[in-house]
Amino acid sequence: MHELSLTQGVVEAITDRLGDRRVAMVRLEIGKLSGVVVDSVRFCFDLVVAGTSLEGARLEVVEPGGRARCRDCSAEFLSDDPILLCPCGSSDVEVLAGMELLIKAVQLAPGEVVPDVRDVRV
Amino acid sequence: MCATCGCSDHSHEHGGGTVIDLEERLLARNDHLASHVREWLAGIEVRAYNLMSSPGSGKTTLLERTVRELGLPCSVIEGDQETTFDADRIRASGVPAVQVNTGAGCHLDAVMVRKALAELDPPAGSVVFIENVGNLVCPGLFDLGENGRVVIMSVTEGEDKPLKYPHLVRTGDIVLLNKVDLLPYVDFDRAKFLRCLRQVNPHAPVLEVSARTGEGLADWYEWLSR
Ligand SMILES: Nc1nc2c(ncn2[C@@H]2O[C@H](COP(=O)(O)OP(=O)(O)OP(=O)(O)O)[C@@H](O)[C@H]2O)c(=O)[nH]1
Ligand SMILES: [Mg+2]
Ligand SMILES: [Zn+2]
Repeated sequence: MHELSLTQGVVEAITDRLGDRRVAMVRLEIGKLSGVVVDSVRFCFDLVVAGTSLEGARLEVVEPGGRARCRDCSAEFLSDDPILLCPCGSSDVEVLAGMELLIKAVQLAPGEVVPDVRDVRV
Repeated sequence: MCATCGCSDHSHEHGGGTVIDLEERLLARNDHLASHVREWLAGIEVRAYNLMSSPGSGKTTLLERTVRELGLPCSVIEGDQETTFDADRIRASGVPAVQVNTGAGCHLDAVMVRKALAELDPPAGSVVFIENVGNLVCPGLFDLGENGRVVIMSVTEGEDKPLKYPHLVRTGDIVLLNKVDLLPYVDFDRAKFLRCLRQVNPHAPVLEVSARTGEGLADWYEWLSR
């Protein structure tokens, strides 16, 4: 269950940036080829936000599909299957999309103010 | 650009509180630490290898032999959910070992490895083996700052394993097929195994070895010394 530590990481990254400002929504991007199970992330999210400034926040997950380029025939193809086979039969492919694992955005609770850029730790 | 409406304002209202774009990678912290580990290791000319397999494929047995036969100073970081059995086995082979217990965790991460390396304090020019938690899923995502990833599968596990765990197997720099001494006793189709493996990892060298008898290990030592 690497989804648990990933989700804990999300909460830490956000509270590090935003302090104790209450968060209403978190938007993640989890590519279809990333190997991360979105349902597990959702399950873990509800557990790990309990007692934090993210408690009750809505979780939105964008799931970009997979896209790859074949190193043998140069064709680009779409596939959400982790076993990436080019229509030409080659498995020697470069993944162009679908591996994303990102915290895209958060929405603060109404009334919370945007942190001053100077307290945003990067 | 605003992820909600596409405008160029960095933060503003969307029917509720302010939306802030973060665009932060989920693994940013781990990867950042891993790159520090990698730099630190390079600075003292130590090479590190991350060994990944299902439980019981023979990681510790392979290491018990490797640390005695490689001919280079070695040390080992052992990752298991519980117990110090594997570190004890390695120390019994005569080299330093640090046990990391991950508890509920199913993989090592760069934080754990950095801490273990500080304790291990490997001498310049040596080789560090990191035995990951027996698991062919979770360890694949976490860069530990290693120089190479070793995926171990054994002939008792079935030929289709690579296709069942494509995410992790894809990341292997070398694949060891272990327990080949048992080939006469099990139904294991090597050609089929290779076909399955090549569908997810087209280039990694594949070595057939037996950690029990030592068969095939000369090629493994050569790969480590290259
Ligand atoms: N016949 C045979 N048995 C082996 C070989 N390598 C390991 N074994 C046996 O397989 C079992 C598991 O080996 P370990 O080295 O403990 O496996 P591991 O991958 O370290 O296991 P975990 O750390 O629990 O994930 C032991 O009984 C070993 O003796 C081999 O090459 N041939
Ligand atoms: Mg072991
Ligand atoms: Zn092709």
